[in-house]
Amino acid sequence: MQNSIPVSDDRHHKPASPPASAGRKAAGRALVMLASLGFLLVLLIQLLHATGTIATGFSDWRPILIAYLLWAIAFGIGQVLTRGERGQRALFLLPAVFFTVAVVIFPTIFGIYIASLDWNLSSIEGPRFSGFDNIRGMLNDAYYWNALGNMIFYGVAVLGEYAIAFGLALLLSAEIRGRKFFRVVFLLPMMLSPVAVSWMIGKSLLEYRFGPAATLARYLGWENPAFFASPWMARLSIQAMDAWVSIPFIMIILLAGLQAMPREVQEAAKVDGANGWQSFWHVTFPIMLPVSITVLIIRLIFKLKLADIVINVTAGGPGGATDTISSFIYRVYRDRSNVGYGTALAMVYLLMIIVLLTVLLRLSKRWTQKVV
Amino acid sequence: MALTRVTSTSARRHPVGPRAKRSLGRALIYAALLLWTFICLFPIYWTITTSFKSAVDVTQAHLVPWLDFQPDWKGWRSIGLSPDTLFATSTARSEFVNRFVNSIITSVGASFLALILGSLAAYGLSRFRYKFAWMRNDDILFFFMSQLILPPVVLALPFLVLYKALALLDTRFGLILLYTLTVLPIVIWIMRDQFNSIPIELDEAAFVDGLSTWGAFLRIILPLAIPGMVAAFILSLVLCWNEYFFAALLTSTDAKTLPVMVASQTGSQGINWWSMAALSSAAIAPLVIVGVFLERFIVSGLTAGAGK
Repeated sequence: MQNSIPVSDDRHHKPASPPASAGRKAAGRALVMLASLGFLLVLLIQLLHATGTIATGFSDWRPILIAYLLWAIAFGIGQVLTRGERGQRALFLLPAVFFTVAVVIFPTIFGIYIASLDWNLSSIEGPRFSGFDNIRGMLNDAYYWNALGNMIFYGVAVLGEYAIAFGLALLLSAEIRGRKFFRVVFLLPMMLSPVAVSWMIGKSLLEYRFGPAATLARYLGWENPAFFASPWMARLSIQAMDAWVSIPFIMIILLAGLQAMPREVQEAAKVDGANGWQSFWHVTFPIMLPVSITVLIIRLIFKLKLADIVINVTAGGPGGATDTISSFIYRVYRDRSNVGYGTALAMVYLLMIIVLLTVLLRLSKRWTQKVV
Repeated sequence: MALTRVTSTSARRHPVGPRAKRSLGRALIYAALLLWTFICLFPIYWTITTSFKSAVDVTQAHLVPWLDFQPDWKGWRSIGLSPDTLFATSTARSEFVNRFVNSIITSVGASFLALILGSLAAYGLSRFRYKFAWMRNDDILFFFMSQLILPPVVLALPFLVLYKALALLDTRFGLILLYTLTVLPIVIWIMRDQFNSIPIELDEAAFVDGLSTWGAFLRIILPLAIPGMVAAFILSLVLCWNEYFFAALLTSTDAKTLPVMVASQTGSQGINWWSMAALSSAAIAPLVIVGVFLERFIVSGLTAGAGK
């Protein structure tokens, strides 16, 4: 830990502050050492207490959290004492780093450990080490692979959202009256909570008996407007709801890109006699490609987390047709209280996401470079 | 005579053609705009009007208040927020208010915490060069941004176990920590963009005036970064307010937030249309107001760094 301290160089031309005196340095080191010892001591006591070796200890693990916080503060002070100006600079970054390590890195590592357990929260037996049993179970879990297949559909559907959003962004950047009004209105769906949306649209607008959408569909000649009965229709309905909530986000970013585009380019295309479609396809679209790829990747990242609408509208039904990985794992936990298995599924999913995004980022770098 | 007439009509027709085409194009643009406006607003309109409907009006799909149906406070009465029940005691209302307050505390708390942590880190990353083992500034930024790809399910179950041990299950503080985590990358992204747009000469001038690194940051730079901070704060607020997954798993009675309450109402006792509509309207109202009045901050927050 000690030799991986952030080191900051001068980017300013600030006269270097006088080097910290030997006494201050020693005090700083002593403080960090003391805090580390204290933290380890508290941890040790609690570990021994939890395993039943000693009787004294705390009723829960909260003191560990406080000890970690105190240690982090002491470490920060130690940095300033030992390294002066550079320590002060490190202080900008340290809080966020410590926070992230505490709430992301540590739980993720802990999660890998849980994933190897056979741990049912509702059973009395408690956790039992089972190695790769969970992974083996996953390979035979048809529902998991089914959910993964659905994720591919949802992921590809991002392209559809993108097409609509691009259209809307083009509309908003045209010379229109009341642009501000339209922009506010188009943004509104993004502000709404997906849970409220799943009731507002999924359970009431699309309601089979008297939802307005069903009424409209009947009027248009669809005799049996069941939006959630057949697998494909249900998937499309869920996707439509998610699109409704998230199109504004894509639209806003594309709109910003369109507005940053130099006017001369458009005019040059017009002078060359390009019609609307040509100037879009040969000028606007290529220029927008870097922004488009960025927004598509961000949108895909959020899409891979899709859960709340599915949980609240169909709960994965009919027959798992609308399940996402997240909603499926949520049910694994809710219905079976199976923490170990659920975590194992989530970890495998995380690995897949990392691989997918690494590939996408590599590819996108090549594409965007080709254009620029 | 005939010749002049021909030339005059052709002269007239020439500008008319494109103009007709243009106005047709404009009509199409406005038609598309209005269609999407309808798509965006109708669900909201439907929800709000439904909260004033009685059972008959719901089943007969009445749409326009006063014309189609007589509005009634039924939905709002069921959550204790209609004019006649507003000052009477009501368990439904106290539960709603409790959830509402939970939502406000968790989302505002998390946004504040993320703003503090994120602004500090973003300033550091935009002004100094760090080396953290093999990691340089860009790697550190990527490290923070990479938290975005973590799906909530990965963390949810470990957190369930950890929070049980830490006695943080079903507490607002526990939720605040998690929400801070989910919005921190976004805050860092927005704030770094903001700090990069503030010229470094200002820092240098502050040093010449004898301010320390932290003095320059707090007194000179931070006040200039307020627009970015407002944008980051509001965007975080929106994301935290709407968060459902963690709240559903990690809260049960005390710290339940509004989305969890809305979700739990749909399952049990069949769907009570008017009260669900009233509840949904109340749950989305704060953010609809935020969206209407603070739209430019949301847009500037979303587009931070996108123009480059």
